[in-house]
Amino acid sequence: MSVEPNIAASSSPLTAVPAARRQQSSMARAFRNPSVLIGGLVIVIMVALGAAAPWLGTINPTEPHTSGRNKLPGSEVTVRDDDGKPVKIAYRLGSDNLGRDVYSRVLYGARISIFVGITVAIISVIAGMIIGLFSGYIRWLDPIVMRIMDGLMAIPAILLAIALVSLFRAGIGAVILAITIPEIPRVVRLVRSVVLSVREEPYVEAAITTGTPMLKLLWRHVLPNTIAPMIVQGTFICASAILVEAILSFLGIGIPPETPTWGNVMAAGKDVFYLFPHNIFYPGVMLALTVLAVNMLGDGLRDTLDPKLAKRV
Amino acid sequence: MIAFIIRRLLATIPVMLVVAIFVFLMLRLTPSDPAAIIAGDNATAEQVADIRNKLGLNEPIVTQFFIWGSKILRGDLGESFFFKKTVAELISDRIEPTLSLSLFTILLAVMVAVPLGVLAAKRHGSIVDRMVMGFSVMGFSVPVFVIGYSLIYVFASELRWFPTTGYRRIHDGAGPWAYYLVLPTLTLSVVYIALIARMTRTSMLEVLSEDYVRTARAKGQIERKVLFRHALRNAAVPIVTVIGLGIALLIGGVVVTESVYSIPGLGRLTVEAVLARDFPVIQAVILMFSFVYVLINLLVDLVYSLLDPRIRY
Repeated sequence: MSVEPNIAASSSPLTAVPAARRQQSSMARAFRNPSVLIGGLVIVIMVALGAAAPWLGTINPTEPHTSGRNKLPGSEVTVRDDDGKPVKIAYRLGSDNLGRDVYSRVLYGARISIFVGITVAIISVIAGMIIGLFSGYIRWLDPIVMRIMDGLMAIPAILLAIALVSLFRAGIGAVILAITIPEIPRVVRLVRSVVLSVREEPYVEAAITTGTPMLKLLWRHVLPNTIAPMIVQGTFICASAILVEAILSFLGIGIPPETPTWGNVMAAGKDVFYLFPHNIFYPGVMLALTVLAVNMLGDGLRDTLDPKLAKRV
Repeated sequence: MIAFIIRRLLATIPVMLVVAIFVFLMLRLTPSDPAAIIAGDNATAEQVADIRNKLGLNEPIVTQFFIWGSKILRGDLGESFFFKKTVAELISDRIEPTLSLSLFTILLAVMVAVPLGVLAAKRHGSIVDRMVMGFSVMGFSVPVFVIGYSLIYVFASELRWFPTTGYRRIHDGAGPWAYYLVLPTLTLSVVYIALIARMTRTSMLEVLSEDYVRTARAKGQIERKVLFRHALRNAAVPIVTVIGLGIALLIGGVVVTESVYSIPGLGRLTVEAVLARDFPVIQAVILMFSFVYVLINLLVDLVYSLLDPRIRY
């Protein structure tokens, strides 16, 4: 949960970042930033591991094997397949209490975590941007929208997500929705603060005077100013979403337990943790590394793309 | 000052109203019939109809909200479907562990994080500074339950210094009570320390370049007093803000920490209620946690004016 950058973001009166040209040069600078490079590299590795999971010596991550329960890393077990032929399974990272291969589940788990993180980031940024743009621009709408956002922000994010998952049947869609909604108010506040400051800029006033229609004005003159802070904010939301998804799965109220996610692997292993810590250890390390990488990427992007924000944090 | 307090108190009313409306609508927003959800999958049509009547679901929705709201204001939080107790009883049973854990955590976090942040700012760019910042990024990235299980593994399972899980009530003796809370407190405080240390460092860095700090040093004031009396007092407002806003993070962490250590507190209750789809309990817990969060941030606002006489309202 990168609440801290959110706080900094929402409390800082962002002034306009002059668009197009400056962004291109700062994009180039971003790619030379060490945090961006290291974070990006780890993310690329995680994505590659998840995408290539079927070809990395994994077996079916959801298939239980009764004779292979709770094996330590490195154990080998011979089981019979559907035709009764003996098949040897090597549990590289051990197995869980149902005999599922932790190595396979951890690799496939990368897919879910990254998918949830990116999806939540994209949806909450787009939704927050639309609400924030209109709220910041239309004066009568602003107080109403902001009161609703204040109310939503008064509910601690994880608690709100937990409450929302309880309303739906367990599934990845419900989990994504439940994680997205608590993130939206922070995006709205950030976009709105950019809009409020841009609205007073001479070029926006000029556009209003010449009779530019509102949608065109927002799209052409206001929206580009929000891109840089939104990329940064979206990255932090991605990190937060990956963590919250794992927490929900771990608590047993997220994605259904047979689905291989890092949180589910840890949830399956928590009761036998004292004897078989590998169930918690390997997914925990993958999860921490991924979130750390995304946070580093966010820090680096913030420093290079959004220097006004960087100074305050 | 009194006018300010009253104005601030009044400002929390719309926020809590939005929270209440959200919590109220929670059940109504589901595509399915709330009475059917509450009755469970095996209920007969009569049972469902009975619950509908009991909940007043046949009334217009605005009337329902006012009936529900006036009950809440009178302290009647309804009855749990799963635990067969009133929600108020349930909460008073479960509040002690949560309160103890939270207070210990806030105390520890502030006592550790503020000096760490001050030290990092004083030795800006040094190895100490980097370690504090590194710890802070790690603290945001490693999930609470991974920290929890790592601590259990090292200090309870291997070294056997502390109990693995469980909780002892305070009236059974303060010694065991505190002893059982050591590991949970350490677990929960990591992310909070990360948050506060980071903000302390940022805020101190800004203040340390001020003229009055140079003046204090020039007149020969000892460094400790320069840092803690002259600089920290002026840097305090953002630090106190983040301590208040961090309560949201803390509440999320409590839910996870109590699950890891099997502590029978409100966080555990929340998860149990979600698993059992016990909506009156979920609604009450969210209302209460949000109320506490809003209240603490109200107090934080009031503390500002004490800390910083420059702030005029």
